[in-house]
Amino acid sequence: MSFPWARQYEPTNGLMKFLDEKLPLPRLVYDAIGAGYPVPRNLSYMWNFGVLAGFCLVLQIITGVVLAMHYAPNSLVAFSSTEHIMRDVNWGWLMRYAHANGASFFFIVVYLHIFRGFFYSSYKAPREMIWLLGVVIFLLMMATAFMGYVLPWGQMSYWGAKVITGLFGAIPLVGEPIQTWLLGGFAPDNAALNRFFSLHFLLPFVIAGVVILHIWALHIPGSSNPTGVEIKTEADTIPFHPYYTAKDGYGLGVFLLIYCAVLFYLPNYMGHPDNYIEANPLSTPAHIVPEWYFWPFYAILRAFTSDFFIIPAKLMGVLAMFSAILVWFFLPWLDRSPVRSGHYRPLFRKFFWFGLIPAMAVLFYCGGAPAEEPFVMLSQLATAYYFLHFLVILPLVSSIEKPEPLPYSITEAVLGTDKQAVLGENTAA
Amino acid sequence: MIRPIGILAGLFFTLAVLWSFANGAWIAATEGLGEATAEHEFHRAPEPLHLASDGVFGKFDKAQVQRGYQVYKEVCSACHSLKFVAFRDLAQLGYNPAQVKAAAASWQVPGVDPNTGEANMRPGLPTDYFPSPYPNKIAAAAANNNAIPPDLSLMAKARHGGAAYIHSLLTGFQPQPAELLEKFPAAKTPPGLHYNPYFANLNLAMAPPLVSEGQVTYGPGNPKPTIDQMSTDVSAFLAWTAEPTLAKRHQTGWPVLGFLLIATILAYLAKQQIWAAVKPKKKAVTGSKSSD
Repeated sequence: MSFPWARQYEPTNGLMKFLDEKLPLPRLVYDAIGAGYPVPRNLSYMWNFGVLAGFCLVLQIITGVVLAMHYAPNSLVAFSSTEHIMRDVNWGWLMRYAHANGASFFFIVVYLHIFRGFFYSSYKAPREMIWLLGVVIFLLMMATAFMGYVLPWGQMSYWGAKVITGLFGAIPLVGEPIQTWLLGGFAPDNAALNRFFSLHFLLPFVIAGVVILHIWALHIPGSSNPTGVEIKTEADTIPFHPYYTAKDGYGLGVFLLIYCAVLFYLPNYMGHPDNYIEANPLSTPAHIVPEWYFWPFYAILRAFTSDFFIIPAKLMGVLAMFSAILVWFFLPWLDRSPVRSGHYRPLFRKFFWFGLIPAMAVLFYCGGAPAEEPFVMLSQLATAYYFLHFLVILPLVSSIEKPEPLPYSITEAVLGTDKQAVLGENTAA
Repeated sequence: MIRPIGILAGLFFTLAVLWSFANGAWIAATEGLGEATAEHEFHRAPEPLHLASDGVFGKFDKAQVQRGYQVYKEVCSACHSLKFVAFRDLAQLGYNPAQVKAAAASWQVPGVDPNTGEANMRPGLPTDYFPSPYPNKIAAAAANNNAIPPDLSLMAKARHGGAAYIHSLLTGFQPQPAELLEKFPAAKTPPGLHYNPYFANLNLAMAPPLVSEGQVTYGPGNPKPTIDQMSTDVSAFLAWTAEPTLAKRHQTGWPVLGFLLIATILAYLAKQQIWAAVKPKKKAVTGSKSSD
């Protein structure tokens, strides 16, 4: 990227000069997350979650690699090797709880990151590619988390795997052979557990690769900001370091406080008790539910209870569940409003707070509830709104809405007037 | 082009799900929202149980867990295994090495005769795990009317309510209420099962295991072994078997949270100081409009 006023990296000593000539890694870091990356000066705390998501990915990889040293991916001993980690491995309980809760917190952070994107329309030009790569990361995360949950080989692991791989069986004609091929058998067993372990180890590194692309794509237009007005002058920006490294450091502290409070005092709160029962193919749990972060999509899957013309209900549910995330790919082209930030879009804002957020809350609640009334009917209404919101309301709102006046620049938004904005005078640097 | 296709796709999914909704609403209108069942109306959530291991400062009451071990050994172990717990783990309950050895030796575990190589039973060693009361699943099922008694190691984590559930279940056996039989005659407890409102489907294969005061003889200095006391003690024991590292987790958390709190305060102050130079002198005008 860059803005012409971005600071240039200057190696200060012999070693750094040597490195800069042979392998300019310090320069890369300086330009990516250092003083060489000019960032809008008005980012709110909603802009903390990208860094936190990156932190979670690293945390998951480190704890996961340690767990893999003690875990045995064999259906005969997977459950007892997990208990071995909890009981006999030094600090094994800490590693496992850190990893299991780390997954939950990774999703909390990523959901906040995504909904930040929805509200501020971060997906709009020129940032479409960042958004597309972000949705790819989210899909990879879902696959990774699903396969990771199977590894302890508890009851919910086993039956979750059975339900989710059973979705492929809904594909007409080729569904069942595909399901058998994916599982390496007719039901989840050792073959499935082995490949899930292999992929669960591999995918995080694929995610890391796409994260690099995500950040690379981010550095071409630079970060968006709460006003949605693009950067005009140097006065609109401050260097990432030290301003946002300091702000992210504080955000990381708050995140870790909440994460550790759960990790040490409520480590099983976000888990399901049935997963402490060893997998038993002959005993179906009363209510099969996935992990909480899949609940909204699970509710959409189960909302389709009647065949729709020639499409069987199950296939319709599977199509809708995948489409619920696939529509995010098209957001940059569905929402044509020239204004980005929800702060200046009165109609969009109403649909966001009184439509999308309640619908997601209902889907979340119903996805975790048993498949009984009134939960099924509630999730059907929420599912209808979900698809209407992204595919019908957003395109129409962007045509009819009259946006509120935008500030002239980021500086004006921050200072009230643009003339006062003389960053150079205020900061000695 | 994307928007017209998108609108059509949106209407397609909306119509499909509303069609399901209409069918569901029709069924609800003609047949009601599902039938009431005995499980729905008579199942009870576990009664609260307070153990020393509860709460953020909780650690195990070793004397109580020792009593619970005694209840497990003399009552529960007749049918239930404890396969993830080893005799060596008993050292955590305050037994010295000689006592652990003696406790292990008081159990018979499957072994191999060193002279003939034939399977036999031998006294347990501290490294052995608690033996199963049955040689295999078929024997367990055959001895229990086809209901295999579950392993108890993780029971306090494998049920909603945990140790409180175990305590409520053990003390919750009772005759089936007349009201239930009146309302749901088909839900009469079948022969061989036992009514217990804390059990998910109300009818449990396990017979009441703790039936009389003094069923287990506690050593001097211990509370009176009432049914409630024994079931509380064995619940505490199973809370320990489910997570022997619980007390260590509770203790480790405080220094970690204390460190993080100080670090976060420092990070906040550092952030304030760094940002002081670029913070606007007066309040922002349009930057953070409230959203309605």
